[in-house]
Amino acid sequence: MLSRLADHLFWMSRYIERAENTTRMLDVQHQASMLPGGQAMANNAWRAVLELSELEERYRASHDEIASDRVIGFMSADASNPSSILSCLTAARENARAVRVVLAPDLWEAVNSTFLEAKTMLRHPSWVRDPSRFFEWVKLRSHLCRGVMIGTMLKDEAYFFSRIGTFLERADNTARILDVKYLAHGSGDFQDKDRADFYFWASVLRSVSAFEIYRKVYRDVITPLKIAELLIQRADMPRSLLACLNELMINLRAVASEEASSASLRVAGRLQAEVQYLSIDAKFAPEIHAFLTRFLSETHFLGAKISEEFLVPIAA
Amino acid sequence: MSLHEVPVDELLAQPMADGSRPAKPHVEKLWKWLESQPPELLEQAKQDADLLFRRAGITFNVYGDEAGAERLIPFDLIPRVLAAEEWNQLERGLHQRVAALNAFLEDIYNQGGQIIKAGLIPPELIYANSQYRPEVSGIKLPHQVWAHISGIDIVRAGQGEFYVLEDNLRVPSGVSYMIEDRKVMMRLFPDLFARHAVAPVEHYPDLLLEKLRSVAPAGVEDPTVVILTPGVFNSAYFEHAYLAQQMGVELVEGSDLFVSDQRVYAKTTRGPRRIDVIYRRIDDDFLDPLVFRADSALGVPGLVSAFREGRVTICNAIGTGIADDKAVYPYVPEMIRFYLSEEPILSNVPTHLCRRPDDLRYVLDHLPELVVKETHGAGGYGMLIGPTSSKAQIEEFRARLLANPANYIAQPTLALSTCPTMVEEGIAPRHVDLRPFVLSGREIAMVPGGLTRVALKKNSLVVNSSQGGGTKDTWVLHHA
Repeated sequence: MLSRLADHLFWMSRYIERAENTTRMLDVQHQASMLPGGQAMANNAWRAVLELSELEERYRASHDEIASDRVIGFMSADASNPSSILSCLTAARENARAVRVVLAPDLWEAVNSTFLEAKTMLRHPSWVRDPSRFFEWVKLRSHLCRGVMIGTMLKDEAYFFSRIGTFLERADNTARILDVKYLAHGSGDFQDKDRADFYFWASVLRSVSAFEIYRKVYRDVITPLKIAELLIQRADMPRSLLACLNELMINLRAVASEEASSASLRVAGRLQAEVQYLSIDAKFAPEIHAFLTRFLSETHFLGAKISEEFLVPIAA
Repeated sequence: MSLHEVPVDELLAQPMADGSRPAKPHVEKLWKWLESQPPELLEQAKQDADLLFRRAGITFNVYGDEAGAERLIPFDLIPRVLAAEEWNQLERGLHQRVAALNAFLEDIYNQGGQIIKAGLIPPELIYANSQYRPEVSGIKLPHQVWAHISGIDIVRAGQGEFYVLEDNLRVPSGVSYMIEDRKVMMRLFPDLFARHAVAPVEHYPDLLLEKLRSVAPAGVEDPTVVILTPGVFNSAYFEHAYLAQQMGVELVEGSDLFVSDQRVYAKTTRGPRRIDVIYRRIDDDFLDPLVFRADSALGVPGLVSAFREGRVTICNAIGTGIADDKAVYPYVPEMIRFYLSEEPILSNVPTHLCRRPDDLRYVLDHLPELVVKETHGAGGYGMLIGPTSSKAQIEEFRARLLANPANYIAQPTLALSTCPTMVEEGIAPRHVDLRPFVLSGREIAMVPGGLTRVALKKNSLVVNSSQGGGTKDTWVLHHA
């Protein structure tokens, strides 16, 4: 298929996934901010949300203080913020529009109507009073778009590149969420046993729909190290780093003409092996932040390799 | 033909003494059905239609508007109906006209301009015309076809005679509305189609693909066809995407293609792929920065050279604009006689060429009655409609006309036919035209009907969507 079309599909999926992940993060934070706790703690958490998306500077340029409703507005409805949910849905739709030729009509309708309805919902001031409803809706629409993709698309390159976009974005996001503790408190100590941290870690799990999964897998109290193991290494946990890399490998193999000579496959395979054979134990705990930082830079590098090999190379 | 008469209507007979207008015989059943529909049901259907169009993304972009500001072209629920006999006559006329236009293009680019040598068309009208492209003279095209897709604008006036208003041989658009209007009508009113033998139009993309494949360069067994679009911000982008999807071909932009060794290739995820036929929706000027506008980023460097070598077929060919120039239009009946030795079946609208001193004098004396158009104009812009213009507007136009007479033609204001249309005050007559799409490959073919455009403003004669026009489903109706 045309490289440009594959590129649009890749980014369409990434933006849908990004909209969903941003939503998950905001929703969890919004829920957590209703728990009793110091104002300082809540503010720290909102600052971490901005930092996760590397947006604190941009936010400060137009806002003087960090407050929950303002961060939610900035991250959801602000069209001047390129990472806001609205911007992601707009970008997803613009990418979809450019490839309508290869999109199943149902998928185009799903992406297009998501954008149109989001614009309508956010224009109505009432959404601010109950942002959770909006968040719930975005999550559902993201599920819908992905479901339509899986349920209606021909399993050809268009599909494979869409999936590659989804999992690359998801891997990036899960790594960022795991790192949130470091960002909020300046320490990434996964040994922490503080009772107050229960709510913090529970919210991390909820943000990736993993709270129930954790209970089911470990039948144990929530400990940060087990969370790290679940979100990094469990292949059966759908949003873990390893699960994302496994999917990336499957879809990259499907598009690479020759496995041995594909630079993207080599990068992804190396990363997959590293994650799979990590020992996540007490000794590893202090290194998690460093590991995640490196992981993020590796996935970034992988994205650039994929663009270079198959898509439209990212301009330097 | 006078403006004071009630113009002929597509569905209704002339008014009776009491002002009522009975339906014409071929639409009696349809009219009865329409009159039996409760108004709220029609109103609901209208909303459903809007929703269907919007959900399918059938919109057109408005230049300069914010991202995502797309408009629907208004769709009218009442179909425009041609009796099968009317269509048959029209089809023969269109077939004849397009055959002559292609023969003319082949003549002036490839046969030394026999029609000019015969003294039937003044040479300077062709060779000094900016639409004439010397770059393509001497090129041998498959089946000698230059205009593969022609949109011929037809109006009816007087007692309902057909007139050709203009020929569109560059990149005529609108065919997607023809197809989608039909799909929406069938979805909204299946019972109507069960009761009427309406000739189908949905096979247009199939027919188009067949024609495009039939003009591939000689020796290519299984040609690869693509549609070349200026991109997502073009006002007709939806149509480009739609046709590509319907035909199952790639929609490419200039940056997706490159020329190497006089051959055209597409950049794909698996390396370069050879391209044989390009259905381009980009004007000549932007096709190849090495030959035409150097500042254009829409085209493909080297494309014209590959085209000249016969390694790729471009549809429509470069240089067809000379045949649909409004100053050349008055000579089309002569072309039909010269190349086909036939009498024209479809009439031209009588046209004054302002480049001729006698014609100019007449036009200046009769401006308030005439329609004056720019010879290269399109889209309903740059024209004067005398009867609906103010004194000041006419005088302003007179000055422009005098400054550059050769740039203008003038025609009498036709009492265009009307068709009953749903407007705010109920059902009222509105002026319509018709754009059938004629396809030329090894043979000429077309689907029955075409795109009916309707001027939704009362008394307006301008049907262009950029000027507030809408569309209607067009039926060619066989007697059941």
